[in-house]
Amino acid sequence: MNEPALTIKNLEKTYASGTQALKGVSLEVPSGDFFALLGPNGAGKTTLIGIVTGLVTKTAGSVSVHGIDIEKEPEWTRALIGLCGQEINFDPWMKPLDVVVNQAGYYGIPRSVAIPRAKKILGDLGLGDKMDQIGFRLSGGMKRRLMIARALIHEPKFLILDEPTAGVDVELRRSMWDYLTALTKQGITILLTTHYLEEAERLASHVAIINKGEIILAGSMEEVLKTHEGGTSGYGGGKLEDIFVKLTSEQT
Amino acid sequence: MPLEKQFISFYTIVRKGVIRIFRIWSQTLLPPLVTSVLYFAIFGTILGSRIGELDGVPYILFVVPGLVMLSVITSAFMEVASTFFFAKFFSRNIDEVLVSPTPTLVIIAGFITSGIIRGMLVGVLVLIVSFFFALPSVAHPLIVLLFLFLSSLVFSLGGLINGIYAKSFDSITIVPTFVLTPLVYLGGVFYSIHSLPPLWQTLSLANPVFYIINGFRYGFLGTSDVSIFICTAVLLLLTGILLGVNWYFLKKGLGLKQ
Repeated sequence: MNEPALTIKNLEKTYASGTQALKGVSLEVPSGDFFALLGPNGAGKTTLIGIVTGLVTKTAGSVSVHGIDIEKEPEWTRALIGLCGQEINFDPWMKPLDVVVNQAGYYGIPRSVAIPRAKKILGDLGLGDKMDQIGFRLSGGMKRRLMIARALIHEPKFLILDEPTAGVDVELRRSMWDYLTALTKQGITILLTTHYLEEAERLASHVAIINKGEIILAGSMEEVLKTHEGGTSGYGGGKLEDIFVKLTSEQT
Repeated sequence: MPLEKQFISFYTIVRKGVIRIFRIWSQTLLPPLVTSVLYFAIFGTILGSRIGELDGVPYILFVVPGLVMLSVITSAFMEVASTFFFAKFFSRNIDEVLVSPTPTLVIIAGFITSGIIRGMLVGVLVLIVSFFFALPSVAHPLIVLLFLFLSSLVFSLGGLINGIYAKSFDSITIVPTFVLTPLVYLGGVFYSIHSLPPLWQTLSLANPVFYIINGFRYGFLGTSDVSIFICTAVLLLLTGILLGVNWYFLKKGLGLKQ
């Protein structure tokens, strides 16, 4: 049996300010899954992702990626993960091709391998004709796609997407989802956080809802939609959205 | 991470830094040249002709090594401090390296190598400029190269600490203005410490820049206020300490991880 892509046990995080961002979170993301991690703003999603990727230090608990502890073998687990963060954070003075090829370099991939691979990924994501344009001149949607390309260049087994489609128009979002869904068919596990719950409902096979640093719901999408009665809010946002609003407002 | 991959990662960091140095050459290479021309003209030629000789050499030849070092130190420091801080604070692209398997020491080596390259490049350019004002003789070329390298290394490491630790852009500009410049000016760029009162002579010995300038000057003139071995030992000791501090800061994620 395959190791889960991500195993989190009793994860806690208290910031220096005293804010308890995660209060004993336990979570399992099956290998090859499209997993949606949902939650309102400030629920702890980005903190959790930060810990998994090594950008935030945990206070307690354990995290394993494909069975490897992130603390004991950080170099191994980092090589398995691709991160597309919430903030646009590439060097704005660099060209997309250089951004992606440099990222490959940090993973020890030689330029002779990285350049054709980067061109292929950028082309697949619709940035083929923008490869040599300076980064800050790209549109918001293009910058997002560049972030995804950068996260994929080292062929990670586990891709983390923290609100990758924020501010992206509908048409582009759909093409991005098609591309990402195709990746899961190649065996890549995707952990997604998004505020577009309808899309999460359609794409993800498993879901977890986090609120105030605690997981308040986790399971397969089918199971969650079947067992939780959300009622119809009349907003037409889909069943998952109703469940989400109901559960998070109950906690409030 | 296997050694071969570590080297590719190191090369990537350095390549990015060097491309940046040349892309914005008017900010990285030109200013120290302009400043040096002014220094050579005013202190070397105009004032120097009135001062005459110091330690048995014409004043301009005495100040050339110190003025070269002034540019080297500032350039190496600012290269690493500002690049790291920009990547950490403004573009946030330092995360690109931090999420990768690149080991801490490779990150340090990559950033400081860019600083060393800029420091040494500026040093050579300022030295070439100095030829238009005086032709310094080089008594020990290898010592000149060694001190060019060691001073760039020490101040690149110092710049990295500043870049890691800085919480605002002010912190990046404060150190060169209020720490580096006084250290350089009081480190014997324009004078020999033998011309100072005994108390100031003793205080000068606590200034690391004093050893850098003296070691470098020894390479040119063959004379120094202190032994060349002491100068080298001080720089090696500083390298070890600053490397350890950088490694600790990055490993702990100080100023980088929450």
